[in-house]
Amino acid sequence: MNTYDARGKDPLFITVIYGLLIVSLLCILVPFVYVTASSFATEHEILSRGFFFFPKEWTVEAYGYLLTNQNFTQSFKNAVVITFFGTLINITLTSLMAYGLSKSWLKGRRVLNFMVLFTMIFAGGMIPTYLVIKELGLINSYWALYLNTAIAPFNLIVMRSFFQNIPSELEEAARIDGCSELRLFWRIVLPLSMPAIVTFTLFYAVFNWNTYFFAILFLNDSADWPLQVYLRQMLIETASSMEADSGGFHYTPAVKMAAVIITALPLLVVYPFLQKYFNKGMLLGSVKG
Amino acid sequence: MRNESTVEIRRLGSPLLRKSSSLKVWKRGLPLYLMILPGLLFFLIFRYLPMGGIVIAFQDYSPFAGFTGSEWVGFAHFERLFGEADFWSLLKNTLILSALNLFLFFPAPIVIAVVLNEVRVQWFKKFVQTAIYMPHFLSWVVVVGITVILFATQEGAINKALADAGFARLEIMTDPKYFRIVYVLQNVWKEAGWNAIIFLAALASVDPTLYEAAVVDGANRWKQLWYVTLPALRSTIVILFILRLGHVMDIGFEHIYLLQNSLNLSVSDVFDTYVYRTGVLQGEFSYTTAVGLFKSCIGLILIVIANKMSKKAGEEGVY
Repeated sequence: MNTYDARGKDPLFITVIYGLLIVSLLCILVPFVYVTASSFATEHEILSRGFFFFPKEWTVEAYGYLLTNQNFTQSFKNAVVITFFGTLINITLTSLMAYGLSKSWLKGRRVLNFMVLFTMIFAGGMIPTYLVIKELGLINSYWALYLNTAIAPFNLIVMRSFFQNIPSELEEAARIDGCSELRLFWRIVLPLSMPAIVTFTLFYAVFNWNTYFFAILFLNDSADWPLQVYLRQMLIETASSMEADSGGFHYTPAVKMAAVIITALPLLVVYPFLQKYFNKGMLLGSVKG
Repeated sequence: MRNESTVEIRRLGSPLLRKSSSLKVWKRGLPLYLMILPGLLFFLIFRYLPMGGIVIAFQDYSPFAGFTGSEWVGFAHFERLFGEADFWSLLKNTLILSALNLFLFFPAPIVIAVVLNEVRVQWFKKFVQTAIYMPHFLSWVVVVGITVILFATQEGAINKALADAGFARLEIMTDPKYFRIVYVLQNVWKEAGWNAIIFLAALASVDPTLYEAAVVDGANRWKQLWYVTLPALRSTIVILFILRLGHVMDIGFEHIYLLQNSLNLSVSDVFDTYVYRTGVLQGEFSYTTAVGLFKSCIGLILIVIANKMSKKAGEEGVY
């Protein structure tokens, strides 16, 4: 490693570097702090004070309102169900297929790889996809969400190269001991690939938790909608229809902020703990292609 | 894996036995094919079947008659598209947003990576990284929602501050003149930090002796940045820039859709939002499939060209 001193000190340089980083930090953190703080504030305070980072009077009224609001709790539950089963299907199908495709001696591997790659550069488009889902009778079912996005080709390819880097001697030894392919995958390959599995489980969970468009595309019944759709109704629809004549409910500012916090928080709490994995897991795979 | 194939060849024995041994390879692969099968079915049903569905762009598709019973109309839908005044505005909006992405959004992660790379205080570097990755994990609904909260014309904190200071309130979400800049700034805010990962990885592999040599030659920190750090990123920048060129038609559908409203439609409408509105909501399946196909084909051509360029530039291709 090059040390700090070896590279030389330059006060102006240091100022510029740290200045830029602190400005970007503020750009990212200030909105969060404001939204968090005002979610605990009274309506009066939000409307009368401009920016603030600590409410004068703390209240959890907004959270109380959301937790007793049936529509909100239902959409929260829907989001949890979609994220859990969606991610389970994602990671199972992706890792199984990636493992199969990681074996260079497998016949037909090239064709299969090309099939996967091709979907990254050309797609049938929104309408034909919608019609296929419709013909299969999946409209208004969560299966439309689970199956339509079961595998992300990029994740599959990165995972495949991760599996390829596992020393084949290990697998050979297990095979000579009479280990079946599935057992080998389960007992040896998966435990060795935890960084990749954790990383892609997180990525898929993020995708499923954040899914918005496919939900409104495939689900007509508002009782099935996940959190993101509900949040959009609360925040954006009322704002874009000029705030007044929307005809919908009017939520107090604090309730809107609290809804943002509840929607964003689950992943923001988890990801810093998994960061060490994806720094490793993803880079290894993606750099080597 | 290279090892494994040589082991395999040895084990399979003499070339005379090749026929039966190739059968053996198939047999040995059987469990693997079973593992691949669910994924393969996914690609066939949910990715390739819709590609077949593209034929309806050349039909007058009726849900009752189906693919086989609907009437063929050739290129009629494409003629309609190119004749519509909407077409030029869709194309213009798409290209302008793409250009903004290329010249404002694309350089941001490079700057972040270069700057982060100069930080020697490890805990600060970790902290900044954790913070700037964070927005990537938020949904577009949350990002657009936070923007609405901050900039709402009456209730928004920023507009309140502006009004208190005696300035006019900004109608960020409804005035079309702000749409494009809001779009690109939200892109930067959400993804620039995350996209820096790939450049940070490239910088992590720079040989430290290059810096030492530069110091011996009398280079200060600025010159080290210019003559060592940036050249180290050159090939990553080139390849990612070319990749972006290949995705000129893709400008983040969900993001645009969430920002779009009846007031900013003149600048916010792009091919995908047009397809959703006219196709799914109004049921014009054939016409909008043609619109989608036009978009996909341009995209495909651009990717092929971009890949050629990347190889010409002496870089690896994307495929």
